Amino acid sequence: MTALLDVRGLVVTFPAPGSGLRRKRVHALSGVDLSLQRGHTHGLVGESGSGKSTLARCVLGLQRPDDGSVVFDGTEIVGLRGSALRDIRRRIQPVFQDPLGSLDPRWTVGRSVRESLDAFGVGSPADRERRVRELLDLVGLSPDHADRHPVQLSGGQRQRVGIAAALASGPDLIVADEPVSALDVSVQAQILNLMARLQRDLGVAFLFVSHDLSVVEHVSSEVSVMYLGKIVETADRADLFADPVHPYTRALLDAVPIPEPDARLVHVPLSGDIPSPIDPPSGCRFHPRCPLRVDSCSREHPVLTPVGTLDSAGHTPHRVACPVVLPARP
Amino acid sequence: MLQINDVRVRIPVAGGRWVEAVDGVTLAVGSGEIVGLVGESGCGKSTLGGAVMGLLPGGAQLSGQVLLDGRDLGGLTAEEYRRVRGNDIALVSQDPSASLDPTFAVGAQVAEAIRNHRDIGRREARERAVELLRAVGIPDPGARYSDPPHRFSGGMKQRVVIAAALANDPSVLIADEPTTALDVTIQAQILHLLRDLTVRTGTGVLMITHDLGVVAQVCDRIAVMYAGQVVEQGTVRDVFADPLHPYTRALLDSQPAAHHRSGDLPVILGQVPDLTDPPAGCRFAARCARVHDRCTTAPPVVETRGGGRVACWLHDALPPVAQEVS
Amino acid sequence: MTAKSTPAGGTAVVRAFFWLPRSARAGALILVVLVIVTLLAPLIAPHDPNAIDPTHVLAAPDLGHPFGADALGRDVFSRTVYALRTSLAIVFASVAVASLAALPLGTAAGYFGGWVDQVISRPLDMLLVLPALLLAITLIAIVGPGSIVAALAIALIYLPILARVQRAASLVVAHAGFVEGGRARGWSSLAVLRRHVVPNALGPLLVQAAILAGFAVQIEASLSFLGLGTQPPTPSLGLMLSEGRDVLTQAPWVEIFPGLAIAVIVLAFNLLGDGLRHRLDPQGMAS
Repeated sequence: MTALLDVRGLVVTFPAPGSGLRRKRVHALSGVDLSLQRGHTHGLVGESGSGKSTLARCVLGLQRPDDGSVVFDGTEIVGLRGSALRDIRRRIQPVFQDPLGSLDPRWTVGRSVRESLDAFGVGSPADRERRVRELLDLVGLSPDHADRHPVQLSGGQRQRVGIAAALASGPDLIVADEPVSALDVSVQAQILNLMARLQRDLGVAFLFVSHDLSVVEHVSSEVSVMYLGKIVETADRADLFADPVHPYTRALLDAVPIPEPDARLVHVPLSGDIPSPIDPPSGCRFHPRCPLRVDSCSREHPVLTPVGTLDSAGHTPHRVACPVVLPARP
Repeated sequence: MLQINDVRVRIPVAGGRWVEAVDGVTLAVGSGEIVGLVGESGCGKSTLGGAVMGLLPGGAQLSGQVLLDGRDLGGLTAEEYRRVRGNDIALVSQDPSASLDPTFAVGAQVAEAIRNHRDIGRREARERAVELLRAVGIPDPGARYSDPPHRFSGGMKQRVVIAAALANDPSVLIADEPTTALDVTIQAQILHLLRDLTVRTGTGVLMITHDLGVVAQVCDRIAVMYAGQVVEQGTVRDVFADPLHPYTRALLDSQPAAHHRSGDLPVILGQVPDLTDPPAGCRFAARCARVHDRCTTAPPVVETRGGGRVACWLHDALPPVAQEVS
Repeated sequence: MTAKSTPAGGTAVVRAFFWLPRSARAGALILVVLVIVTLLAPLIAPHDPNAIDPTHVLAAPDLGHPFGADALGRDVFSRTVYALRTSLAIVFASVAVASLAALPLGTAAGYFGGWVDQVISRPLDMLLVLPALLLAITLIAIVGPGSIVAALAIALIYLPILARVQRAASLVVAHAGFVEGGRARGWSSLAVLRRHVVPNALGPLLVQAAILAGFAVQIEASLSFLGLGTQPPTPSLGLMLSEGRDVLTQAPWVEIFPGLAIAVIVLAFNLLGDGLRHRLDPQGMAS
């Protein structure tokens, strides 16, 4: 089975903020591989500076990588321009974090939902209006929401509009960058349920970027954990949460506050600060904070290596980038 | 310690109407205790924090009693309140960058917090500030004393804010979403620090948060707010293990972490009521799965196991709480 | 939006008027009245503004000459009405030219950033550091004096200020989710600029333009006062001030009425600008 999305060796750097003759660069992504099957949800977790949002922007064609490839359904999208890029964009749509900032405050909800239909000239104006009403219904809003402005909606309703706008062009993949982070828990649950239902009914795949492991655990079929521009561990959802291998993944899981009475914080799972991606540590980027580090960690760049028994076809093998927990196999 | 008795806050809005942002809240924070005040946006939790700090928006009306170590803060003049703030009650807010002056050395800001309230010399204040920075886990505090805030990461800035807040050994710390802006591994460090310091100094903490996970990790007791009222309070263990109010239960159920298998999350249907015209009776009734006839009148506040309280008709067989009215 | 407002264009103007804060409505009303006065100048002015009348040299205000007469016996009221016409035309033309040039330059600099920003912003910054009047006088020295040159000189002074404001506003909007969203929904960068960035970034530019229009009256008056703007005998407010100065002690009305007119215009634009700021630029990006 070929993947819907196949990211290989993606490298992105930006000029660091500030000025000067020899400006340093932010190393946002340093060689990232990721694949996503049709109709699946790949969860991408990480803290500040992990590069997860940059990866999402590369997949959306909003950020040109320095190196590497992004293959969507057999087509290389890095370097695409003009009509070829527009054709791909019909099929990969974004849902953003801030539901207010992602809707033009001057536009009605209907116009925002219609935006991609207008761009691609789908059907007659009357067809588009009808489609807008269908889409609003699909995300649980009423047709009269089409004439309102974003400020007149609640946060959850705005995010429903954002999802309807993303669905308008009939995408195969939705890249959702922190889609529920700005919402209250009870509203968050409604949006997560909506996304799950859309996936069941429409077969749309999600690249789901979030800092919230609980949310990622709930929605994902596969999960990748990022740290400072690299993926440190990738696995099926169940494998990753039941049997985390990388020391960073383990610390991250330990740090997540779980709303259960026995989940007291007994020790600090990880000391130290997240280093700056402007001048990332040598070797394994996690080594300065790692409880298991050995001398070689500051020199050698770990690569993602399969762990445990090889999985049956269709499964993402559990892979980890840490030679310490994973003695090199012959 | 801090005792909040039947506090009500009304905030004027356009059209001559009032938002009943806080409606009859009774709550206590004991010495060395961390009480989590939980609720969704607009439930009034931050307004209650503002009422305790004496920092309500202009025109707001406050009634009820806020007692700090037995002293009624309600009768204080603005100047007296200023002396209480930063000395007896301190605040740690969500954004550490906004709490620190970007043009001043962090150490000087901690020292200033001390000198604002105590008549001590510059040198002595500096020594105490360095000591505080060390206590909150700033590495090499003597050297970093003179660094401006932008040289610090978000987590380190929040440590500095905590150092300044604890500078005068306050009785109570109001922590309003203190870790919401931080990454999860850094959040764990800050929560650990807060708990460690409060245990050692005996400072009570009112931790305002939307995150039930944070409450489970560090709080001793929890108070759940909905539409301006505390609907349930009790020890974290009791409330999480057996939530009595349907809202508390729904809130806990809608957490994704509570459902390790995929499948729909239980949701709370409907909208928070308009607090300019709150419904008579139980404010959660319109969204409650277990609503019945009696919910149209305000539910009694009853006492539960372990000194907890709940305001719901489902539990009216429990003994009522004597209303402390000032 | 445009399709809807066309048949009901009149009501849209009325709605826009009541959308303004009260003080700004006063400013807008004054400006509307002044514009009507200048448009109807031939009907309103009782005399030919340039008609010399030796019998009325420095005549005090009376019923025939409500603002009196100047050193050549010309009717000050008629001259003020016509001078308003010249001055307002120069103000509107200069601010319009500067805004129209600043809009694409500032938007491109703010939205694209990087080298595009450098290429646009650096030369404008250089323009900004030159003293305004020196810039105007240099231009006039090269091209020669006149109303159109004065308008262009004012536009040149205002261009970097307005472009800067537009750049800042575009920079903020460029990072909004709906701008990236527009691209991801299949629109080109240019279309996203037109559909999302410009409409959302326009507020501060309008505010700044309204405030600067008030000062433009003063610059125009200064240039004409110095003999570098409107050339006699065409009446302009600055020119009238210059003429009135010589006879200030004998016939103060020659000076007072054009001076008052300038003050009223400046006040009206400032009221309008402040009100617009309240509505369109709550973050205060315009200076």
